[in-house]
Amino acid sequence: MFRPRSETRRPTVSVTVEGRPIAVPVGASAAAAVLAAGFDSIRETAGGSERMPYCMMGVCFDCLAEIDDVPNRQSCMVEVRDGMRICRQIGARRIHRAAG
Amino acid sequence: MEHYDAIVIGGGLVGSAIAYGLARAGQKAALLDEGDVAFRASRGNFGLVWVQSKGDGAPHYQRWTRQSADEWPALAEELLTKTGIAVGHHRPGGLHLCLDEAELATRHAMMERMRTQSGNFGFDYRMLDRSELAELLPGLGPTVVGASWTPYDGHANPLNLLHALHKGFVEKGGRYIPNSTVTEASAASGDFRIRAGGGEIGAAKIVLAAGLGNAALAPHFGLSAPVKPLKGQILVTERAREMLPLPLTTIRQTAEGTIMLGDSQEDAGFDTSQRPAVMQTIARRAVLAFPWLRDLQIVRAWAALRVMPPDGLPIYDQSERFPGAFTANCHSGVTLAGAHANLFAPMVAAGMLDPALEPFSARRLDVPAAV
Repeated sequence: MFRPRSETRRPTVSVTVEGRPIAVPVGASAAAAVLAAGFDSIRETAGGSERMPYCMMGVCFDCLAEIDDVPNRQSCMVEVRDGMRICRQIGARRIHRAAG
Repeated sequence: MEHYDAIVIGGGLVGSAIAYGLARAGQKAALLDEGDVAFRASRGNFGLVWVQSKGDGAPHYQRWTRQSADEWPALAEELLTKTGIAVGHHRPGGLHLCLDEAELATRHAMMERMRTQSGNFGFDYRMLDRSELAELLPGLGPTVVGASWTPYDGHANPLNLLHALHKGFVEKGGRYIPNSTVTEASAASGDFRIRAGGGEIGAAKIVLAAGLGNAALAPHFGLSAPVKPLKGQILVTERAREMLPLPLTTIRQTAEGTIMLGDSQEDAGFDTSQRPAVMQTIARRAVLAFPWLRDLQIVRAWAALRVMPPDGLPIYDQSERFPGAFTANCHSGVTLAGAHANLFAPMVAAGMLDPALEPFSARRLDVPAAV
C-alpha cells in the first residue's frame, strides 16, 4: 500500500518487522518501517481488534509496538536504527515484577 | 417561557445523577450544562467509589457514603439496561497502604474510631499486615508495612457514568440544555425563573448542582454554598495486564488496564495548571508502593479542581426563604452518584429532604470564627 517516494535517495538502515528484514531510510520512524514492510496491522487491542499506524504524530496510540523488547512504544515517535527489532504488540503489556 | 417541574443547574456528575433520578421519578426536568468554560470536576476525577476514609467524626457522612456505595450496583445495572452503557463498576473492596509503622497505627486508630462511631450500622474493616498484603498484591515495595481494607470500596469509569446519566436522563424525557451559563435568576417560593444560554425557563423546583459555581448561585436562592477549589493532579500510565485486583486510595487499575495515580491536594485557587514537583511526588510515592510501576510510561496527566466545602463534608439544603430551591455540593460526585440518583432525587421530587440529611445543612457552618 505504501512505497517510498522515488526522489528519496537517502541512505538506509536495516530493521526487522515481525522478523522480516527491510531497508528503510535513515531518519524514518519505526511506524514507517511497519508500513513499508506491507503489514496491515501491528498491534491487537486488549479487546482483540487489529490496529495499524494511523496518525503518525504521536496522538492516536494505534501504532503501539514492541521495539527492541520494550512493549507499548509509539512506533511513529521512534526513529529507526540499524538492527532494530519491531514486533507486534498484543493486548496490554506484561510487567515483570520482582519479588517485594 | 418553558415550564418544568424541576430545573437542575449543573451537568456534571452531581447534577446529572439528580436530574436522572428526577426524570425517572416522572418529573418533567431540565438540565442546564454550562459548557467547556466550566471547571468540570466530573471529567477530571479519579473514579473511586470510596467509603473507607469518609466520615471520621461525622457518622452521618459515613452512613451516606455507605448508602451510596450500596446503591451503586443497582444504578450501574439500571444504566446498562436503559442506556446500553457499561459504567464499569466493580466492588472488590479497597485498600489504603501505609508506608511506615506510625502511618499504620494512625490508620488503625482512625478505622477503629469509625467502627465505634458507626454504632449498630456496623463498619467492617481489617488491618492487613505485610505478609497478607503481599499475597494479595505481588511486587509490593519493601517499605509498605500494611494496609486497611473494607469490603465497601470499589471503582468505576467516571466518564462512562457521566455519559450514561446524560443519556438515561434524556431517554426518560428530560431536556438537556448544553452551553447554558446562568445569567439571571429570580426566585419566589415554587416559582423559579432562570435565564441561561439566551432563553428563559421556569420551574416549581430548582436544584443547584453547579459545583464551584454554586458559591455564587446559592445566595440568589436564600442558600449558602461556600465551596472552594482544591486542586488534584492525576497521572495515567500505559495499559498493562491486570496487576491490581482491587483499587487503592491513590492507585487504581482501570478495566482497560491503565493505572491511575493521584490524590494530590493543593490549595491553588482556580489554577488548573500542572506542576512537575507534584507530579514527581505522586510518581515517587506510587513507586515506593509498587516498584514495578517504574517501568511503565506515563501517557497522560492532568489537573482538576475538587469542589470542597469548608469542612470537607457535603452540603445539602432546601431553602427556608424560597422552599423548592435545593443545593447539592460535594467533592465525591462518583461515590455519591448512587445516593444522588436513588435517594436524594426522590426527596427533591417529593419536595422535602429527609431529616437524615439535616446534619449536612450549611447551617452547621454558621459559627462565628474565633478571634
